[in-house]
Amino acid sequence: MIFIFAVFLLSLLVITAIAIVRTNNLFSAVMLTSIFSLLMAANFFILDAADVALTEAAIGAGVTTVIFLCALALTADRAKPNKERRKVAYGAVGILASLMIYATFDKPPLGDPDAPVHQHVAPWYIEKTPEYMDFPNIVTAVLSSFRGYDTLGEVFVVFAACIGVLFILGVPVPGNAKPAPMQQKKGLHHHLIPQVVGRLIIPFIVLFGLYTQFHGEYGPGGGFQAGAIIATGIILYALLEGESKALQAVPRRVLMGMVIGGALLFGGVGVICMLMGGNFLDYSVLAADPVWGRQLGIIIIEAGVGMTVCGALLSIFHAFASRERAS
Amino acid sequence: MKLLELLGYFNYWVFAIVLTVGLYAVISKANLIKKLIGLSIFQSAVFLMYITMDKVEGGTAPIIQAGVEDQVFSNPLPQVLILTAIVVGVSTLALGLAMVVRIKESYGTIEENEILDAD
Repeated sequence: MIFIFAVFLLSLLVITAIAIVRTNNLFSAVMLTSIFSLLMAANFFILDAADVALTEAAIGAGVTTVIFLCALALTADRAKPNKERRKVAYGAVGILASLMIYATFDKPPLGDPDAPVHQHVAPWYIEKTPEYMDFPNIVTAVLSSFRGYDTLGEVFVVFAACIGVLFILGVPVPGNAKPAPMQQKKGLHHHLIPQVVGRLIIPFIVLFGLYTQFHGEYGPGGGFQAGAIIATGIILYALLEGESKALQAVPRRVLMGMVIGGALLFGGVGVICMLMGGNFLDYSVLAADPVWGRQLGIIIIEAGVGMTVCGALLSIFHAFASRERAS
Repeated sequence: MKLLELLGYFNYWVFAIVLTVGLYAVISKANLIKKLIGLSIFQSAVFLMYITMDKVEGGTAPIIQAGVEDQVFSNPLPQVLILTAIVVGVSTLALGLAMVVRIKESYGTIEENEILDAD
């Protein structure tokens, strides 16, 4: 049964991808990418990756679509047809696809427990998580403790990308000599049904985000997912009530504080670990009991990750949404 | 379990096809937003390959259930890598889109050939 479902989802995935590339209407391409992400999330779930599915659903289907739509509003929503490089592209793509399909016959079969990927450090992570952390979600344990360096790096990449977007879009629009008075963007005020439904579900979205944040050690979840889910809730509020209302609720300086504070919190925990006599990001020294110390460290850095991701996604959204169209 | 093996190949074929569909968009489309969409399809295909590799037969999501002995877990490591990569992917995509918005403001177009003509 699951086999048929998986094949169905994967076929839809290919069809959606081809449809995205074929259409010249950028608006429908963006809407199709949202569907593509949702299908991808379902596929991840079938392949036992609950945390990844949660992230892909919140980010791919939610935040990415909104950011794409904001960018379309500032540029154009139709692509001009262009057949220049089609032959070269078909050639390159055809050769690459056949090479890769040929290579798949050499890969270990799906689900083979003896595949090389399952022999390296993964069994050690699975074995040691109950002993070292004493909580059930191995993904969170690997993310925030065993491979804390990686995650610190990723958080700083998100931070840097957010700063980059703010630098690029923060300058005034060329051609508009004096900045036009900030128009009151009304959102979807005049549409009754989105308004009522949105009002109803926004609190639950934010509540679910907080739940994934604080329950990340026990079930699928953690800072990355929680930050994205809370950001989607606030973006929905901005779409319904207008962007200025959302900025009143969560002002820009709070967002910047979240981005910077979250990254600093993560790095700061690492430095405190060093000051207390451990290695960088070795949380076991944070408390007298090493297991409780690790749990404490993970809770703090997950909070830092959540703050940075939520603040960065919202700052990026506001940077796009508040930019006026060039005249 | 022949079916799972077949599904594995199918997963990798879908990975190959989706990856090349994304690559096709990056090579052949002149519209910059279309190129970025192609790039994100390409990226999603790579995610699919990693997550396909993490599956263990008879396994479950790597969350330990109390009181259940001898559980088989899928590999948590690729999941961690992809989880963070998705979030980094959306931030870098936003950076690219921000550049496209500025290009539109300076050149009045987001078609690559028209931008090259204007230079």
